[in-house]
Amino acid sequence: MAKTKVIVGLGSCGIAAGARKTYEKIKQLQEVENLDFELKKTSCIGMCFREPLVEIIDEHGSYIYGNVDEGRVVEVIERHVINHEPVKELVVKTDLFQTEDNHFFEDQVKIALRHCGYIDPESIDEYEAHEGYESIKKIADNEIKPEDVIGMILESGLRGRGGGGFPTGMKWKFARNSISSEKYIICNADEGDPGAFMDRSLLEGDPHAVLEGMIIGAYAIGATGGVIYCRAEYPLAIKRLNIAIEQARDKGYLGDHILGIEGFCFDIYVKEGAGAFVCGEETALIASVEGERGMPRKRPPFPAVSGLWKKPTNINNVETFANIPWIVFHGPGAYAKYGTAKSKGTKVFALAGKINNSGLVEVPMGITIHDIIFKLGGGIPDGKRFKAVQLGGPSGGCIPEYLANTIVDYDSVNATGAIMGSGGMVVMDESTCMVDVAKFFLNFTQEESCGKCTFCRIGTKRMLEILTRITEGEGEEEDIEKLEELAYQIKDNSLCGLGQTAPNPVLTTLKYFRDEYTAHIIEKKCPAKVCKNLLTYEIIADKCTGCTVCAKKCPVNAISGERKLPHLIDQEACTHCGDCYSRCKFDAITVS
Amino acid sequence: MQIMEICKSFNNQPGDLINVLHKVQGVFGYLPAEVQEIVANGLGVSVAKVYGVVTFYSFFTMIPKGIHPISICTGTACYVRGAEKVLEEFKKELGIGVGESTPDGKFSITCLRCVGACGLAPVVMVGEKTYGRVSPEGVLDILKEYEG
Repeated sequence: MAKTKVIVGLGSCGIAAGARKTYEKIKQLQEVENLDFELKKTSCIGMCFREPLVEIIDEHGSYIYGNVDEGRVVEVIERHVINHEPVKELVVKTDLFQTEDNHFFEDQVKIALRHCGYIDPESIDEYEAHEGYESIKKIADNEIKPEDVIGMILESGLRGRGGGGFPTGMKWKFARNSISSEKYIICNADEGDPGAFMDRSLLEGDPHAVLEGMIIGAYAIGATGGVIYCRAEYPLAIKRLNIAIEQARDKGYLGDHILGIEGFCFDIYVKEGAGAFVCGEETALIASVEGERGMPRKRPPFPAVSGLWKKPTNINNVETFANIPWIVFHGPGAYAKYGTAKSKGTKVFALAGKINNSGLVEVPMGITIHDIIFKLGGGIPDGKRFKAVQLGGPSGGCIPEYLANTIVDYDSVNATGAIMGSGGMVVMDESTCMVDVAKFFLNFTQEESCGKCTFCRIGTKRMLEILTRITEGEGEEEDIEKLEELAYQIKDNSLCGLGQTAPNPVLTTLKYFRDEYTAHIIEKKCPAKVCKNLLTYEIIADKCTGCTVCAKKCPVNAISGERKLPHLIDQEACTHCGDCYSRCKFDAITVS
Repeated sequence: MQIMEICKSFNNQPGDLINVLHKVQGVFGYLPAEVQEIVANGLGVSVAKVYGVVTFYSFFTMIPKGIHPISICTGTACYVRGAEKVLEEFKKELGIGVGESTPDGKFSITCLRCVGACGLAPVVMVGEKTYGRVSPEGVLDILKEYEG
């Protein structure tokens, strides 16, 4: 009989939720009680909302337990491992019986994330045991020509998963056609969109898949050097990548004449970013790899002709690379079977914000946004109403509730004014103010603008000033017009993607939530009750018990009243901080 | 000289300026002007270039951070889940603003853009340790861990 396995999910979110303590506790218990099971580590399976996660595999099958913090370890191990009775109420996923969270996985198709949460990312043996490095072996054994590899990728219909959506095969073809003795292939792991963590999970959970994707890419275009440009905010991803690279070198998947392919010499190293959103843009990324300020430059020449160190360079995103070995192994047809006419395959989305099941999902293209949020995502917490979803980060836009039946493929999402982006989905409910959200993104792009183009540098600042004015109740009627005029000028006159897309959050909120802007400007009201200066706090005399808590807590002493008698807020003195509202135990304070 | 050794470990390649600065900041905690001059010397580039790179990237700082640097994630997911209020609470409790350190040098506050643990928003980091699902009420408890 196979030994029982206990596997702890040690991705960044798991660790933040206390998974390391869980792991230590299990290890301690195993030693003290002298228990006979195999204790292993894996990465994130995508259920961030149930972290820390522990999987137990016994003779019946696999059981994934959720919310196993340190305190629950003894109960789970004793009941399941020692007494062979699964703790059913804590199981979040199993094939053996229905769980409350089973629907989280029902519509998912895992291609890019195929190994995440299933294998130990620090073990090349486990990767190899799961089709790992079989694709590059298939190429070597069958002497498949580079052109035919590119043909396969073209046929699969794979498009760039970083957000641009450019056909990957075409990109490879351009790089292949550039004649040079030195060529580079770069993996863009500078996942800058706040609210997106697909690439982090992939790098932490399956670094070898990304490496194999790059090796295949290098063979196809004829690259001699590879760089993974990873943001410094992801220390665990960087650590695991470096481990994986060492292992791959030891086994001869990197180095000279890889797998005996004559003349195929290729190696990869990791380059850490230093915190600049603009470095996600290809030419800025190249400048940063060269040790310069990450500022974009004019194209052409495109990187495929003149990129890193002025040599032909091909750049793809982490998720794109992770798909490559699967496509080569299973064939382009198997991949193209999923998706819509123009967007093939699957896409990984990071669900975050006001959603019950925040986490990572991989779905076939063509599924509706509504299904992702309500079926997989489990809907909105606290019974609140779904208002909008932000796709594509600061470069994207908000899709309102009434367009929730939009299907996810590049063209349908673009038609709404948002973009597919890299896959961040931040969900907003009725308590989110859309003007405030637009201001948030503008603040981001304004700070991250590299300053090269005047319209991006100054235009975003002016837009932010107008938005700030509106949220502070100082908005003027012509502000909306000014915002729109500035937005189009910035879009038309910026060199790179950052500036060209920076106004998108403002434009889409203006398109779908214009009434919120007018409420702020004309009526001086914030319908979502977020913008402080536009709120009025009042005490309902009938409900106030005169407990004096609010009066004591008010930082500006704006509340007065006798003990056991209704209190009163001095509107002149009130700074709208909301302290009284959050502290009143009798719901005696209203906001309007 | 430690800085020179770091430069040397990267073969004094100007292309590795960012890597060198990462290492040097790891040693000193920040990158004051004197340090930048030595790096410039070591890699054979102008001080202006080093300064340009240091000020361009948000990871590099010319001001020393606290012994326990507090970073509040203000990425989108954390923002819609109330990171702003958590930040306000830290500012109020410590009596300092973003980018500042407490007079005793113990704490400093910075904001960062998304650590990618959005499932646990709002997220706060103190040094290397990550705290998930932080509420304004939980701020004091976090600070207490670092007292004494």
